[in-house]
Formats: sequence, structure tokens, C-alpha cells
Amino acid sequence: MVMKSADELKTATSLTSAKDITRVQELVYEMKVEQVMAHDVITVDPSLPMSELRALLRDKRISGVPVVKEDILEGVVSIEDFIRYLAEGQPNCSVSERMQRKVNTLFDNDSLVRAVEEFDRLGYGRFPVISRNSGKLVGIITKGDIIRGLLKKMEIDYHAEEIHRYRASHIFEDIIADKTTLIFQYKVFSRDFNRAGETSSGLKKTLRRMGISPQIIRRVAIATYEAEMNIVVFTEGGEITARVTPEEIRVEAVDDGPGIADIQKAMQPGYSTAQDWVRALGFGAGMGLTNIQKCSDEMHLVSRLGEGTKLEFIIHLNNVFINAAAHHN
Amino acid sequence: MRLHTIIEKTGLDNLTTDVDLDCDVKGVYVSDLLSDVIANVEAGALWVTLQVHPNIIAVAALKDLAGVILVNDRQPETETLKKAEQEGIPILTTRLSTYQIAGRLFNLVGEC
Repeated sequence: MVMKSADELKTATSLTSAKDITRVQELVYEMKVEQVMAHDVITVDPSLPMSELRALLRDKRISGVPVVKEDILEGVVSIEDFIRYLAEGQPNCSVSERMQRKVNTLFDNDSLVRAVEEFDRLGYGRFPVISRNSGKLVGIITKGDIIRGLLKKMEIDYHAEEIHRYRASHIFEDIIADKTTLIFQYKVFSRDFNRAGETSSGLKKTLRRMGISPQIIRRVAIATYEAEMNIVVFTEGGEITARVTPEEIRVEAVDDGPGIADIQKAMQPGYSTAQDWVRALGFGAGMGLTNIQKCSDEMHLVSRLGEGTKLEFIIHLNNVFINAAAHHN
Repeated sequence: MRLHTIIEKTGLDNLTTDVDLDCDVKGVYVSDLLSDVIANVEAGALWVTLQVHPNIIAVAALKDLAGVILVNDRQPETETLKKAEQEGIPILTTRLSTYQIAGRLFNLVGEC
């Protein structure tokens, strides 16, 4: 059985529940060597004199090193080879004369389960990893790399699952009312480019945690970002409010001026009144309102010069919460 | 193609820690206009730009990009780097110009 084959894997699994062990087993089959291996490999050229090997092994704190010519692995030279060379009292020579030419390797797209088997079968501490495509040395892998890779993957999956579990559909199911609306409010500051984007990314994260479908979130986030940037670039500041119901997401961006002189012109793609320094930052492409319109199902823009602008856009949720509604009934 | 492979083969410098260099890069987009990027880039793509201010991270996070490549050896603002690590967006720099890096990426990743 796979789990018995590496001591460290046993340790890792003994800490977790039966359900997680199944998950580890799944992962060792799913994950590839290249996902966990170290990419930066210390190597030496075949022409390196043996006399210089000791310093390298000592400085890098390694017990052996792959010998590589033009990215192709020619062998491995270890501290054992060095000791043997010293004991024999031979004159100085290149590592290529003393290295082991027969080297056990793994391929980058080998599964971790194969790696674990090889560690168990041969008892080595590490394997050079070769690209199956190019035949070149692309990494090196230890048992520690496998453990770290598995733990990291499990942690990521765990977080994803946690977020997944907490769905907005449940919120709407749990609330007893004839009509339910969740309201999220964000302040947007004028000309604060460091904080610009915080509203849209905050709203995006909130919607994601609610379990709303990624396509919907993408549309809401893009439209909100453009509305937010309009407030940052052109106005004295304002507020963005998102209202979420089982049927739709309605976002309102309101500012205190100066207002849009010509809405029709402002709606034309490429038209912008942005100042040069704003354009130099990559804003003011004249695509903001067009982007909002493209992303939303409905858009309303009202503006009075000297007073301010109110932009509202709506994205229908249609089927997103249908299951929840069905449960509820 | 995985991001770390692209980094190795085009000699990019990664400035960010704690980011996913293992992700699969779905394409490449080249533009310095943020609204254009937002409108046209696909999720999972690499974005090549000369903009270095923190808002590029907002855009990259918004569109779930694989990373941002800064050209002409331009260095990100401190705040940009901080935000990048918060959001887990890799920032990569190159000495090459937009044209040169785009050419190399095209040869590597192809048309997408």
C-alpha cells in the first residue's frame, strides 16, 4: 500500500482523520512531481576539478550534486565519490571521471505515487527530475518536498471547500421574510489611486464567499471597478452600494460632482475628459461606461453639472438561486 | 504552460513571495490601458505592461490573472508589491521591451 511506503507520509497521515487520509491518497495519484519539486538545482559542469568539489558541497550543505552539460544530466557526484577519490590518493581530475553515471531519476510528469514508490524501493534521499519532453534536468525532489506539496494542496483545497460550503443560497433560505435584500456599502475616495480598486475587489470577495457563480461575479466586479475608477478619477469622492436579492444584483455609484456635461458623448467608446497625468497611469481610455454597459443587463445614468452623478447598473441572477427558492417553497 | 516554466524560459525576475508560480497560464495580453485590459483579458492570462502603480494589482485580481510582467526593467511601487502579495498576484520584471518579451511569449505560449 502506498501509505506504508514512506515514513514521512505515515507521519503526515497519522495526524489526520480517516477522511483526510483518503484525500492524501487521492492527491498522491493526482499530483505530479513537477508540482512539488525544487526548480533551482545546484549543478556542476563535468569539467569541474575534484579538488573544488569539497568547497561546493560544504558551502551549499549538500551531500551530492548533479553533473550537467547543456542541461542534460550526465551523472551525480557525491561526498562518497569524493572520499573514495581522496583515499585512493589519485591526482586531481575532473568530476566526470569520478561521478556515478548510472543515476535513478524521475520524470517531471510522473505522479507522486510513483515518486513515493521509488523513494521506498531505492532508499535515496533525493532524485533528479528530468523533463519527459526535452530530456533536460528541470528539478530535484526530496521526500520533504512531497510532504510540503501535499500539505499545501490540502490547505488550499480546505479553504476552497470552506468558502464553497457557505453559500448565499443558504442565507436566503435561512432568512424568513417576504422580501430579502443584502446591502453592501463602500466609500470611494477622490484621487486616491492607492486605495482605488478596493471597493470592487471587496465586493468581488464578498460575492464569491456567498457562492454566486463566477461569471456573474466577473461582470459585477468589472462594472463596479469602472464605476469606482470614474469616482476616483473625476469626482470629489462618493459611495458605491450593492443590493443583492435572490433575483438580481443592483449597484449604485453616487458622487458629489462635478457631473457629466454631455452624457451622450461620455457614452461613446474612446471619449474621455481625463487629464494627461491620469492617462499616463493607464486610466481615461474612454471605455469605462462602455464596459459597464457591456457587463450589465440594465444601466441608468443621471447627471447634473455642478451637482453630481448617479450611475446604477443591474445584473440579473436568474437561475443562480433557483435551487434555494425551490427548497424554500 | 505553467508559470514557472515561462519564468525560466524567458528569464523573468519574480519579485513576489507566497504566490502561485505553478498555475497554468491561459494566455498573454499586452496593454497599458487598464480599461482595455479589464474589457479584453481572459482569466488566467499573463499581462504585460509598463504601468507600475498599485492599481495594476486591482485589475489583475479582478480578472484572476496568472501574473503581471513589467517591461523595460521598470520596478513596481512599494505599495504595488505589498498589494500583489496580499492578493497573491505574481509580479515579474524583465529588461526586455514590450515588443521583445511579447515575441518570446508568443513563441512559447503561441496564439491564444
